[in-house]
Formats: sequence, structure tokens, C-alpha cells
Amino acid sequence: MKRFWLEFVKGIITENPIFFVVLGLCPTLAVSTSMSNAIGMGIAATFVLVCSNVIIAMLRRMIPDKIRIPCFIVVIAAFVTIVEMVLKAYAPALDRSLGIYVPLIVVNCIILGRAEAFASKNPVLLSLADGLGMGLGFVLALLVIALFRETLGSGKLMGLSLSHQFEPAAIMVLAPGALLLMGLLLGGLRWIRSLRSS
Amino acid sequence: MADNNKYIVSAAPHLRKKDDSVSRIMWTVNAVLAPVALMAVFVFDRVALGVMLVSIFSALLTEAVIQRSRGQRVTISDGSAFMTGLLLAFNMPAHVPLWLPAVGSFFAIAIAKQVFGGLGHNIFNPALAGRAFLMAAWPQRMTTFTKPFAVDAVTQATPLMLLKEGKAAGLAGMELDYMDLLIGFRGGALGEVCALALVLGGAYLLARRIISWQTPVSFIVTAAAFGWAFGSPAGFFRGDFLFQVLSGGLLLGAIYMATDYVTSPITKRGQLVFGVGCGLLTGVIRRWGGYPEGVCYAILIMNTAVPLIDRFSQPRRYGVTRREKDSGSARRAS
Repeated sequence: MKRFWLEFVKGIITENPIFFVVLGLCPTLAVSTSMSNAIGMGIAATFVLVCSNVIIAMLRRMIPDKIRIPCFIVVIAAFVTIVEMVLKAYAPALDRSLGIYVPLIVVNCIILGRAEAFASKNPVLLSLADGLGMGLGFVLALLVIALFRETLGSGKLMGLSLSHQFEPAAIMVLAPGALLLMGLLLGGLRWIRSLRSS
Repeated sequence: MADNNKYIVSAAPHLRKKDDSVSRIMWTVNAVLAPVALMAVFVFDRVALGVMLVSIFSALLTEAVIQRSRGQRVTISDGSAFMTGLLLAFNMPAHVPLWLPAVGSFFAIAIAKQVFGGLGHNIFNPALAGRAFLMAAWPQRMTTFTKPFAVDAVTQATPLMLLKEGKAAGLAGMELDYMDLLIGFRGGALGEVCALALVLGGAYLLARRIISWQTPVSFIVTAAAFGWAFGSPAGFFRGDFLFQVLSGGLLLGAIYMATDYVTSPITKRGQLVFGVGCGLLTGVIRRWGGYPEGVCYAILIMNTAVPLIDRFSQPRRYGVTRREKDSGSARRAS
């Protein structure tokens, strides 16, 4: 049980997939323009991550080593298709605003990375914990980035207008603003880490 | 042998003059920019002064706060942050809310300069990076220009904007003549309107050898030739090249921004390449790009090519042929 807990918490801060492993930047930068997009994307990716981790951990002795990556991708793609159909049926607005990035979860580095680095070598329960923790870390990172980008870039929070005095800086919802903010966040977190270790 | 001390053998760099320090050069350029600033105040009234002062103050404050908090020596008196603030203000319309130059200068110093390690380490020209940031963040504010000598901020598009939007085919359709462009009686950013003051200042800097002719001349000539060749819808080689030189930010960019020591090539040959590249990109953006003016982006794009240009324009070492040099460096690199 203790190992379960350890595998769960490591993904949230210390091995956060976005901020410390720096994987899966493409969807992170693309859909973090608003908090609602971030939550939708985070939940969709977490669902795929947890399910694919569990299935791959179950099948890990059956998958031939030489073609393991195609096997992982097939499992992941199956769950992405489920997510896409569910989104189209029950949250068409969210599906439209996430656009191409829902099908692109198939090639998300975090999911493939956890399958390769963890689920294919560990038992089912630990893989479940790993998937949950990494997914939560991904959601948290997306929310932090989206918080800055939505407030600074469009002057809103969860779609509600904050102030009429403040003139939003359009650059923050564009790609350059995302890269700029990502660089500053990574630098800031590294600085905090260096303060704590010294 | 009284003048023995004339033949001192020392290692490079060999300073030509005792008083060629960073701060001396920076303050000379700032002084040369003073007439341009005065013309801006004359043409656009006191609001221009406010924009310039806020921009400079914000640049100095940002530099001081960052250097102090990192435990470095505070070097705001060397004039480089002052120049960044002033040049950024020169890139703005006169009637902007005063928080705009403040935020722009903060970005220019904090992100474009200090994040890279301060003066001498930045890849991009800080003032231009600040302008590009403001253009992407508040495009409406940065492109609403006002008419010269108008009391209550009547908006007026710049000549290049009119050309881009197809509202006027040439100077005649804009109710302007070359004299207006030369003196600065036209809509535009603070520092770009008075071509005369910019050129005179550039001539002084050239005479004092603070800048070399290679970058500005190749930049302006290339952009003018490009405008002459492709600038007119009537056909090739019918464009108005004088209009292309005088109407936008070309003179300000070519003389004062593309010649920034930190972000331009070191060798003369490299500076020629740099200037030609800037000129071509400016022409392409003006003719086919989405923006009416391309000087800022042309210089920023060429800034990224500077390390490459420097690498390929190294002078031959004395006593080494080109082939020997190439094979020698290849051996050392491997």
C-alpha cells in the first residue's frame, strides 16, 4: 500500500510530467488558453493514461519486445477513440474548442512515456497509481498555465470577465505568449528547487 | 629612445582611444537621438515627451531592480538601458496610454536583456523585442497613429499603411510631398517621422566612427532597391524608392537599431550580409507581408542569424591559406 501511495504522489510534484520531466508540451501549450479547456483536456488525457497504463500492465508479459511501441499505440488509440466519441456526444462545445488536440492524445508523450517507462515493467495496481498521479500532475500543470494565460490574455477566469479596467494582452493567448510563460515558469520552478536544495 | 612606449606589444583587443568606453559611446548615441526626440515633441506636442519619459524611467527602474536583486553592480548610468527606453518610445504612436511604454520597457529589459545575462549577452535588440511584444499584445494601441499638430488626437494612418490598404497609390494620393517626409509632418511613430534628424545624427555617428557604414548603407540600399523593383503595381522597376526610404521606420532601424553592437555581426563583411538580409526581409514584409512595415521584424529575424554570419565571415588568419584554415579547424573540432 505504501508503494502504491509513493507511485501516486511522485507524479504530482517531484516528477511532474510538464514542469520537471518536460513532456507533452504540444497539447499543454495549445489548449491552455482557458481554464475550461485545460480541465477538459486534462481529464480526457488522464482517462486515457490510467486506462492504457492498466491494460498495458496486464498485457506486459504477452507483448513482444520488438513491436511493443505499436502495441502501446493501439491500446492508447482505442481509449482515445472512446474519449472522442463521448466528447462529441455529451460535450460538443468542449470538443469543438479542443479540436484536433483530442485525437492527438494518441501521440501524447506523457502517455506513451509512462507506458514504456512504467506500465510495461510494473504490476497492474502500481501502474494504476502511476497513471492517476501523472494524470493529476498533468491537470495541475495545465491549470497553472491556463490560469495565467486566461487572466492575462483575455481578462477572464472560467469564462467570466474579471475587470473592465484591465486591457488583456492578446499575446498571452497566442503561441508566443504560451512559450514565454512556459519558459518563465520552468525557470522559476528550477530557481525554487535550487533554493530548497542549497 | 624617448618614444619607446609607442611600441608596446600587448594582446588584443587594442583600444583605439582611451575614452572609448561603453558608457561614453552609449551617451553619445543618446545625445545624437536628442534632436529626434525634440522633433517628436515639436510634431506631436507634449504627449510625446510623456511617452518617452515613462519608457526611459521604466527601463532604468527595471534594470536597477533586477541587478540589485541578483547582487550585481547596478549599471543604469552607462546609458544602455536609457537608450533601450528611448528607442522603444521612438517605436510607439504618440497617443498611447502611459502604461504601454512602461510595460514595454519592462519587457525589453527584463525578458529580452536581463534573462539572457544583461548587456552584451542578449540575442535580440531589447527595444525591438519590446516593440514586437507590444505589437502582439495590444495591436490596436500600437497601430493607432495620430495626425501631426492635431490638438485633440485625430487619428491618421502612416503612409505605408495607406499604401498597404490600397487607399493611396503614391505620395500624391496622401496629400504629402517629400519635404513632409523629410521633416516629419506625417503620421507615424515618435522617432521615425523626422528623416532629416535621423540622417544627420547617423552622419555624426559615422564621422565619430561609433557606427560603421556597412550595416546602414547596405540595409537602406537593399530595401530601396527592392521597393524600386517590386514596389509598384504598375510593373517592375517603377516603384518609388525615395518614398520607401523616407516613409517608414527604415532610417531609424537601419542607423540606430541594426547597428547595435551586441546584436549585429562583428566583421565588416558580416555587417554587409546582415544589412542586405535586413533590407530584403523589410522589402518582402512591406510588399507581401501582413504588416505595412517590416523593419522591426526584419532586424529581429536577422538578429538570430548573427552567430552564423559571424562564424562564416571570420577573417583569414595571417599566414594561413583558406584550405589550411578549414582543415585545421575541422581537425580541432573533431
